[in-house]
Amino acid sequence: MYFRETGQFKSKYKEELAAFPIFEDKIGIAIAALLAFVLIPIFGLPGLSWDFTMSAVMIPVVIFTITTLGLNILLGFAGQISLGTAAFMGVGAYSCYKIMTIFPDLNALICVVLSGVVTAFVGTIFGLPSLRIKGFYLMVATLAAQFFLEWAFIRIPWLYNYNISGAIEVPYKEMFGIVLTGAKSEPLTRYFVCLGFLVVLTWLASNVIRGRIGRSWMMIRDMDIAAELIGVRPLTAKLSAFAFSSFYIGISGALMVFFWLGAAEVESFDINHSFTYLFMVIIGGLGSITGCYFGAILVWVIPVILKEYGKSVFGIDAFVMENFTTILLGVVMVVILIVEPHGLARIWQIAKQKLRLWPFPY
Amino acid sequence: MKKTIISAFVAVSTLITTVGMSFGDLLVPVMTYRVGPFAANGTQNANGFVDYLTMLNERDGGINGVKIKVEECETGYKAEKGVECYESYRGKNPLVHTPNSTGITLQILAKAPEDKTPILTMGYGLSAAAKGETFPWAFNYPTSYFSQMTSILKYIDSQTGLKDQKIGFIFLESGYGREPIPVLEQLAPKFGFEYFLLPVAGKDAQNQSSHWLTVRKEKPDWMIMWGWGVMNPTAVKAAIKSRYPLDRFVGNWWSAGDVDLGPIGEAGKGYKGATFNATGTDFPAVQDVIKYVVSKGITKTGSEGPGTVLYNRALWNAALIAEAIKTAQDITGKKEITGEDMRIGLENFVLDEARLKELGFAGMVAPIVGSCKDHEGAGAAFIQQWDGSKWVKITDAIDPMKDIAQEMLTKAAAQYASNNAGWTTQTCN
Repeated sequence: MYFRETGQFKSKYKEELAAFPIFEDKIGIAIAALLAFVLIPIFGLPGLSWDFTMSAVMIPVVIFTITTLGLNILLGFAGQISLGTAAFMGVGAYSCYKIMTIFPDLNALICVVLSGVVTAFVGTIFGLPSLRIKGFYLMVATLAAQFFLEWAFIRIPWLYNYNISGAIEVPYKEMFGIVLTGAKSEPLTRYFVCLGFLVVLTWLASNVIRGRIGRSWMMIRDMDIAAELIGVRPLTAKLSAFAFSSFYIGISGALMVFFWLGAAEVESFDINHSFTYLFMVIIGGLGSITGCYFGAILVWVIPVILKEYGKSVFGIDAFVMENFTTILLGVVMVVILIVEPHGLARIWQIAKQKLRLWPFPY
Repeated sequence: MKKTIISAFVAVSTLITTVGMSFGDLLVPVMTYRVGPFAANGTQNANGFVDYLTMLNERDGGINGVKIKVEECETGYKAEKGVECYESYRGKNPLVHTPNSTGITLQILAKAPEDKTPILTMGYGLSAAAKGETFPWAFNYPTSYFSQMTSILKYIDSQTGLKDQKIGFIFLESGYGREPIPVLEQLAPKFGFEYFLLPVAGKDAQNQSSHWLTVRKEKPDWMIMWGWGVMNPTAVKAAIKSRYPLDRFVGNWWSAGDVDLGPIGEAGKGYKGATFNATGTDFPAVQDVIKYVVSKGITKTGSEGPGTVLYNRALWNAALIAEAIKTAQDITGKKEITGEDMRIGLENFVLDEARLKELGFAGMVAPIVGSCKDHEGAGAAFIQQWDGSKWVKITDAIDPMKDIAQEMLTKAAAQYASNNAGWTTQTCN
C-alpha cells in the first residue's frame, strides 16, 4: 500500500537502469537530502545545541560514512578483509598535511583529493599480499599494515614537519573568500565540504559498482577461481579494489583531521578505530551502499546523542553515560548480528518488502 | 540576507535548546576521564577539581555571591572525545577550559581565540603556551614541561653532577611524553651528559619488559619518566624487577602520585618524583573541602582522596581558576563574567603569600602572580620521595634554568605561530 510499484511503467531501458527506478525511493532520497542539506543545517537536532549538532554529530558522521563506503567496497564488494582502515586514514591525513605545507598555495580541496590518491597508492602496495593469501591470513597481513603505519607516523618526524608535540596542525586555508580549514572556519562550511565529498563519492561508488570493474570485484568475492576461469584478472580486480577503497579512506582521513578535529596525533589512527569502522560496515550491511549510511549513523550518532541527552535531560553523570553507551552499543551489535547477519541494509530491504504487501505482509 | 536568515534560525534553535538551563551561574567546564586506562589518575584529578568548587558554593555561596556550576564531560583521555566535549560547551558561556590532557589541548588550542574562551592547562599542555604574547588565550601556570625538565636535571646535577652521566628517558608516546625531549636534546651537549629515549606506546603501557631490557643493557646512571596512568606503576614495578636503584629513578609530576605507588607499597621505597604541590591534609583549604564536601558525602571522593598528590593538585588548579574569576569580577565590575573577562582575570590575579594564607594554601604551593607576558610563571618544582606508604618532600624548591627554558619556549612559540598563518597574538606592556 505504502510502497507500491504497480502502475509505474518503464518504456525505456534508461529508466530501468536509473539509480532509483521506483518512485517511492525517489521520495525517500529527497527527504534524506532535504534533511541533510537544509533542515539539519538550519535547525540542528532537537535538544542539542546547533554547534554541537554540526561539529560533534553531523560532520563526523558524514566523514565516517565515506570511510565506511571505502571499507565496504573492499570488504563487502571485493571480499578482501582489511584491519588497516584507521592507518590508511592516517596516510590520508598525514599526506594531506605534507601536501598542504609543501604547496601552501594549493587549494585545500585539491589537497584532500591528492591525499586520497597517495593513500590509494599506499593501499595498493599493502594490498599486494591479497594476490596470494585470503581470509584470515589476509587480515593478519593488513594488521601488519596497521602497525607499520602507526609506527611510521610516530617515528618519521618528517611526516609531521619535526613538530615538537608530534601532532599535525591544520593550516589556515580559504577559497573564494570563504575560510575552509583552520580554527576560523565555520562549522557550516566544513559540513558542506564534507557532505559534498560524500555525495560525489557515493555517486562514483554506485556507478563503479554497477559497472564492469564492480562486477569483477563481486565475481572475485563470490568465487575467485570461477572468476579467473571466465576471464577476470585477479591482479587487476583485487588491486583496483584496494586502490579504490584506499582512495575513499584516505579522503575521509584527510577530512577527519582538516575539517573536523583540527589537529591529530597518532592515537586517532589506532587499531581500535579500525575496529569501529569494521563494525560500521558489518552492522550497516556488507555489500550495500545504503548500509554504509546506516552503519555510520548507528555506531557514531546514537552514542553521542544518548550521552548528551543523558547529561542534559536526565542529569546522569558523564562517565556513567559513557559506560552505558558502550554497553548499549555492544548489545545492539550482538542483537543485530543474531537477528539479521546481513545488517541494517537487509533489515531495511525486508521492511520495504513488507511495506509492499501492506496490510497483509507475510 | 541568506546569512541573516541562517543566523536567525541558529539563534532561535539555540534559544530553544538552552531553555531550562540556569542562567547567571559561572560555568566552569572540566573534561575528565573516569573510564579508560588513565582512569585511576583521572578520577583523582576530577574529584579534587569538582570538590574545591563545590566547597566554594557550600561555604561562601560561590564567588562574590554567584554560584559556580561545574560541568564534567567524559573524554576517556581520547582526543576525539575532547573535541565532542568542547563543542558541547559552546554557546553556554564557559569561562575557562580544563582539558586535562595534552592531546586534547593541542586540538582545542587553535579554537580558543575564535571562541574567546581561555584554556588553563595546569602543569601540562603545550609548553610554548607560556609565552603570553604569542598565546593570549592559553595558560599553563604554574610551570611548563620545559621548566620542569630543567628542574629535574638541576636536581640530578646537585646529586651526582650531570657530566658524563647516562640518562634514560622513558615516556608515554604521545604529545605529552614527547614535549620535554627538546630540552634533553639541547642540554646534553651543554652539560656533557648522554641520554637515550624509551618511548612506551599507550597500548604497551602494561608491557614494558623490552624497555627495561634495554635499561639493563644500557645501565643508565639516572632514569627520568614522563608517564601517565597505568604506565607509572608498571614502570616502577619493572624497575624493581630489573633491580634498577629506585633512588635514581625520577618521575615527573604526573608520574608520582599516590595512585601510582600505593599498589606497590613498601617495594617502591626510594622512587622519586617532581611536584609543585605538597601532600597531606594539614592545609586549611583541604580541611574545608573535607568539612564542607567530603564528610557531607556530596561528592564521588572517598575519605582517602584528600591529601594525595593528584587530588591536592586538582584543588590548587580549581583554586587558581576561582581566584582568576574573582579577579575578573573585581576588574570588570561585573558579577557574571564571560570567557573574555576570565582571560583578563588569568593575567592579573595575585596569589602572594598573604593571599595564599587567606585561601588556606600557604605552604602547599608556591606564590604566583598572573602576567600578560608570562603565562607560565616559571614556577619551581621540588622533589619528593616515596617512603613505602606516602610521599615525603626531600628538597626545597628547585628553580628551573630560566634562561635556557625561556629561550627554548620563545623559539617553540615562534615556530607555532609561523606554522599557523593568521595566528592571533597580543602585545604586552
